[in-house]
Amino acid sequence: MAKNKIKETSSKKQEMVLMQGNEAIALGALAAGVDFFAGYPITPSTEIAEILSEELPKKGGKFIQMEDEIASISAIIGASLAGAKAMTATSGPGFSLMQEGIGFAKMAEVPCVVVNVMRGGPSTGLPTSPSQSDIMQARWGNHGDTPAIVLYPNSVLESYELTIRAFNLAEKYRTCVVLLSDEVLGHMREAVVLPDLEKVKIINRIKPTIPPEWYKHYKNNPKYISPLASYGEGYRFHVTGLAHDERGFPTNRADEIETLMERLKNKILHHIDDLVQIESYMMEDATRAIFAAGISSRAAKEAVNILRKAGRRVGMLRPLTIWPFPDDAVRKYLFDMKTIIVAELNQGQLSRELKRVMGGVWNYSKQKKRKIVELQKNNGEIITPEEIVNLFREVR
Amino acid sequence: MREKYFKKEIRLSGSGGQGLITAGIILARAAVLDKMKVTQTQSYGPESRGGASRADVIISNENFYFPEAIHFDIFLALTQEACDKYVENLKDNGILIADNTFVKNIAYTEATIFELPFTNIATEKLGSALPTNILSLAFLVRKTKVVTENSLKEAVKNSVKARYVDLNMKALKLGFKLADEYKEEE
Repeated sequence: MAKNKIKETSSKKQEMVLMQGNEAIALGALAAGVDFFAGYPITPSTEIAEILSEELPKKGGKFIQMEDEIASISAIIGASLAGAKAMTATSGPGFSLMQEGIGFAKMAEVPCVVVNVMRGGPSTGLPTSPSQSDIMQARWGNHGDTPAIVLYPNSVLESYELTIRAFNLAEKYRTCVVLLSDEVLGHMREAVVLPDLEKVKIINRIKPTIPPEWYKHYKNNPKYISPLASYGEGYRFHVTGLAHDERGFPTNRADEIETLMERLKNKILHHIDDLVQIESYMMEDATRAIFAAGISSRAAKEAVNILRKAGRRVGMLRPLTIWPFPDDAVRKYLFDMKTIIVAELNQGQLSRELKRVMGGVWNYSKQKKRKIVELQKNNGEIITPEEIVNLFREVR
Repeated sequence: MREKYFKKEIRLSGSGGQGLITAGIILARAAVLDKMKVTQTQSYGPESRGGASRADVIISNENFYFPEAIHFDIFLALTQEACDKYVENLKDNGILIADNTFVKNIAYTEATIFELPFTNIATEKLGSALPTNILSLAFLVRKTKVVTENSLKEAVKNSVKARYVDLNMKALKLGFKLADEYKEEE
C-alpha cells in the first residue's frame, strides 16, 4: 500500500501560488505518500482533514472521519501496521485525548504522524486563536519515559517541507512524530513555490528480508531500529503496549525490559544530529539574541531586522526540531550572549528548556551573569516585533 | 513607478459576511501574480460571522517576516464599528477608504480619506450589495496602485465562481470608474 502514488501527477512545473498553512500540510502529506487519514475535525486544523478527505480517495487512499480523537489515533496505528503511511490532525483538546495512542505508537514502534495546530488552552480554551502551549505536552504528554520527535515550522513553505520530513522520520525511526503548527500559521496564506516532486526525498520503512519464521520485529541492532513487516505479508508478529521482548510478547524480565527501554531512548538520542534542525539568523557577531519558534519567530526575525538597522548586534536562533531539544546548538550559539529574550505564546515552556541547557544565568566561562528575559503572551494574540524591540531597549 | 523598497500593510475590515476575507485573498493572489512577497491573515472567529471582521494583506518587494498588519498604509472600512476599532492604527501618511453607507463618523486621523457609499452604489448600479467587496477593492487598487490592475482582474477571475465572474467584472470596472471620478476635497 505504501507506494508513492502522487508521482504520476508530478510532471508539470511548479508555479508560485498563494497557499494556506494547513493546505501546505495536507499537500506535504500527499507528497510524502500518505495513504490513510483518520481524524476528527477541530478548529484550527480542520482544513487538513477537509483537503485530504477530497484528495486521498483520488489516489486510492482512505479517509475516515472517526467518532473521536482516541479512535482516530488508534485507527492510524492499525493502518500503519497494515503498511499504510498514516496520519491524523488535531488541536489541543484532541491532542490531549490522543496521548494514550501516541504513547502506544511509541511503545509498539508504529510509524505515524500527528499534526497539532495549537490553539489556546487549557480545555476547549480559544478555538480560533493561536498559542504555543503544547510544546511540553508534545514531549511529556503520554505517560512513561520515551523521547519524542517534534517539529515546528514557521512558514507555509516550511509547513509543507516539515510535513514530508515528519513522515520520513516516522518511517525511519519507527515512531510517532508530532508536527506542531499554530492557528496563525495554519490559516495564514503566503506565496510559495513548492519543490518539484521528483526532487522530494521520501524515506520508507525498512522491511524484513529474512524468512517469516526468523522474524523478530523488535530485535536490537546497531541502529536500534528493526525492520517492520506489514500485516498481511506473511510475517506473524505480536503487538502490545506492555513491555515486550524481541518477538513482541509481554515480559517481566528486567534484562529484556532494560534492552527495550534503552533502545527506545537510544534510537532517538543516538541520531540527534540527523534529527535536529535549527535556523540561526544574524548570529555571527551577535551579543544579544532572541530565541523563538513557530509564529513567534516571525516577529523575532522582524525585530532583529529593526534592531540591526539601529546598530544593535542582535540575532535570532530558532529550533525547527523542538524535540529532541537542540541542546548543543543552543549552547553553541547562545552560551556567551549577554541577553537572551525567549519569546513564546505560553507561560515559559521553551525558556524553561533554555535555562536547563544554559545551567541558569551564570556564564562560568566569562565569569559573568547573563540575562534571560521571558516574553510571554497568553491572550490569544501573537507577539509583535515592536514588543520584542521595546523589551530589548528596556533590558539592554 | 514604484519606490525601490516597497512594503504596504493593508487592512480590509467590515462585518462578517461582507466578503472581506475573500477580498483579502483576491488582493494577495493579485500580488502573487505581480511576483511580490505577500502574506494574508485574517480574524478567524465568531467575529467573522457578524461583528467586526478583518483581513490583512502585506505586500512587499523584499522578504519580510511578521504576517499581520500593525500600522496600516491602506485601510478599508465598510462599517462604523470596524472604522472605530482600527482607525488609530492607520499611519499618518496612510489612506482610509470608508463606505459612508455605514461609516458616518471618522475619528481624527492625519491620513487621506476617501468616502463613498459603496454598498448603496453596488445595490443601485449592480443590483446587489454582494459585490461591494470587489467594488471597493477596485477603487482601492486604482487609488493606491498596490497591485497591477491586470493582476487584480486575473485574481478575481480565478477566485470567484464562474457564474459570478461577470458581475464581479462589472464591479471592478465600476470601482475603477468611481476612483477616476472621485474629487478630493481640499
